[in-house]
Amino acid sequence: MEIILSGILIFMILGAIYAIHARDLLSALISCGIVGYGLVICFLLLKAPDLAIVQIVVETITLIIMVSVVLVSTRFELDKEPGFKHKSRLNHQLLGHILIAVFIGIVLLYSFRLAIMHLDSFGDHTLRMSEAYLEGAAEKTGSANLVTGVLFDFRGYDTFGEATILFTAVVGILTILRIKGRK
Amino acid sequence: MTLYILCFTLFLVGIYGILTQRNMIKIIIGLSFMEFSVFLFLALIGYIEGGAAPILSKNFESGNFVDPLPQAMVLTAIVIALAANSMLLSMAVKLYRKYGTFDIRKISQLKG
Repeated sequence: MEIILSGILIFMILGAIYAIHARDLLSALISCGIVGYGLVICFLLLKAPDLAIVQIVVETITLIIMVSVVLVSTRFELDKEPGFKHKSRLNHQLLGHILIAVFIGIVLLYSFRLAIMHLDSFGDHTLRMSEAYLEGAAEKTGSANLVTGVLFDFRGYDTFGEATILFTAVVGILTILRIKGRK
Repeated sequence: MTLYILCFTLFLVGIYGILTQRNMIKIIIGLSFMEFSVFLFLALIGYIEGGAAPILSKNFESGNFVDPLPQAMVLTAIVIALAANSMLLSMAVKLYRKYGTFDIRKISQLKG
């Protein structure tokens, strides 16, 4: 299980790196789709079918919105700058940037390693907090699916807040797109 | 442990994209990579080896589930991420209509 998941994750990371470096915005979006649908496969392998369904829907909607944004604007990443020479300042500045990036990456990885040190290793999760939710959950909520039971019964106010956020986002998008800027 | 580190590597790729790219669409893509890695990390924490999906059935044995609590939280977070991403995209469209480019260095006059 761990090996399969690692393979899919490495595939996702490669897709992410390609998406960030692609010249064409449409191919960057397709590679973004690699990461999103790879995440769906990971959720299915992690026994989370609800998450997989929601992620498929959300990823498809996001890709459609992004592709429509790119189609009404431009496909190309940046306009060509005249007089921009890539090779002339390759040596010192680039080396400095790579050193800074590697240093920051190592610091972040070390702090992440410190943060996850006290977690259980993959696959040996102990149910501490969830036990209260799981005990007699079917009788309390009347739902065979425990995720739905937690989401709509025990944590109903969270879901209400989520619906509020969606509504606010829709209102905000409509406001932004209708607003007329000063010339 | 390897899986956690790989997951965090995806997060680092997202940070790298946000910090180095000049195109607004690429920045939004990098942000969505960071969101994906956080979702995956939470789902990885709740996994129990040999556990079934948290759906009750007739031949159900207690303690044989993956943890449903992180899954419920991630489900909320995915939908909120969709809302945030579409908000950012609408702002990008608006800026493109005003300035004619996605390059953030050329968007200099931040007035309404």
